[in-house]
Amino acid sequence: MAKQRKRTSKKTTTKKNTFRLKAGLAQMLKGGVIMDVVTPEQAKIAENAGAVAVMALERVPADIRKTGGVARMSDPQMIKSIMKAVSIPVMAKVRIGHFVEAQILEAIGVDYIDESEVLTPADPVLHVDKNEFMIPYVCGCRNLGEALRRIDEGAAMIRTKGEAGTGNIVEAVRHITTLKTDIENLKKMNEAQLKKAAKEMRVPVALVKEVKKLGRLPVVNFAAGGIATPADAALCMQLGVDGVFVGSGIFKSKNPTKRAKAIVQATTHYNDAEVLAKVSENLGAPMTGIDMDEVNVMMSERGV
Amino acid sequence: MSKVVKPTIGVLALQGDFREHITSLEAAGYPAIPVRTISEAEQTAGLIIPGGESTAIGKLLRSTKLDAWIIKRVKQGYPVYGTCAGCVLLAKTVDSEYSLQLIDITAQRNAFGRQVDSFETPLTFQGNTITGMFIRAPRILKTHDTTETLIAYDKEPVLVRQKTILAGTFHPELSDSIIIHKYFGAMVEQATAKSNS
Repeated sequence: MAKQRKRTSKKTTTKKNTFRLKAGLAQMLKGGVIMDVVTPEQAKIAENAGAVAVMALERVPADIRKTGGVARMSDPQMIKSIMKAVSIPVMAKVRIGHFVEAQILEAIGVDYIDESEVLTPADPVLHVDKNEFMIPYVCGCRNLGEALRRIDEGAAMIRTKGEAGTGNIVEAVRHITTLKTDIENLKKMNEAQLKKAAKEMRVPVALVKEVKKLGRLPVVNFAAGGIATPADAALCMQLGVDGVFVGSGIFKSKNPTKRAKAIVQATTHYNDAEVLAKVSENLGAPMTGIDMDEVNVMMSERGV
Repeated sequence: MSKVVKPTIGVLALQGDFREHITSLEAAGYPAIPVRTISEAEQTAGLIIPGGESTAIGKLLRSTKLDAWIIKRVKQGYPVYGTCAGCVLLAKTVDSEYSLQLIDITAQRNAFGRQVDSFETPLTFQGNTITGMFIRAPRILKTHDTTETLIAYDKEPVLVRQKTILAGTFHPELSDSIIIHKYFGAMVEQATAKSNS
């Protein structure tokens, strides 16, 4: 367990690790770019480019695809060195259902845990019971059912799954659109239909009703997987996500610093085509990318 | 009697939880618009700098040239309110290279620690109890003779004012209360009345 805050207040009314605080940090990341980094040097580049947070991991998804094998939580020492290198929040990944990897990340004190399909799942059925942890979680989804099951388990932030490590935006777009359509359908439902939908999605009816009332998820939703260009980031933003994760797209490109800055600009000015045109100029080659027909492992299908 | 027209208040929308501030301002009765460019800023009578990452917002303030615009206008009496990252960006002395250095306070970023150290606690403002959400919050270490502490927690200032500048380390936009937004709205109305007279 992570160390308790030393300046503990005598006031019993002061609360920590509430869901509001967990979801609140994600609110602060909105309109921003969260970048995958594998070294403290890359983390500094990301911070200097204007990233709102970094995802510390040993191999970016493109390399996980290439080398294959079991992908696990990163070395805690590596994550700690990245936490030391930057002042922005640091996230790190655990395998789906691997609650001990999560306990380790909590002990280090990372700011957010990503229970991620990019790593090899540890539990064939269950996800981590995220409500049990002090550290907030972000989880992936392809549709409303997956999103609400993760939120019910305690996720304080959602990201729509793309196909990580491909540099191909098509799956991210597919799942952003699916989530949107699912919410639109929910908004038209009556009481009986809402109950049926909740049962089908295996989530409490109260959660389904909250989504209907808000017209969106009750937590922040970012896009992730396949974002390689400023235009890709702006596309996801125009489709209605709150921000973007960029994995392999930055450090697998020719000029990571320039591309990182351009993607940050594009995420803020996503509706301004003139800015988008300007920041897209002379970025050098993006990551090569792969078509879905050539993909042998569909990571997004893990952890439903 | 003609209907009183409320001034439009901008919320800096480069990054962060600007949507929540817009919702709070509207609930407090003020028209609110997101601000990403100088031409959008020109349409406003006051500005909120929201919570977010101060490095990310700071960089975008430079690339949009909104940094110079805000400094110039605030020195002419344009009201500004910074929450959390916004407070860091307004502080005169702070461990951030992006500060606009407008209010006479010394602040420290992420001064309570990491996310596990974030907390919520009741605060008292003008006799009302509101929830103070402190998320990877900065601390105000030092104030000046001319800054007024409006809210303190644990004997430390968490909301301070100097002339038309308001700076707070917590997030009223994430709580249900809109009294701080009403207070800032009144500051904007006063400044507008003054510049019109």
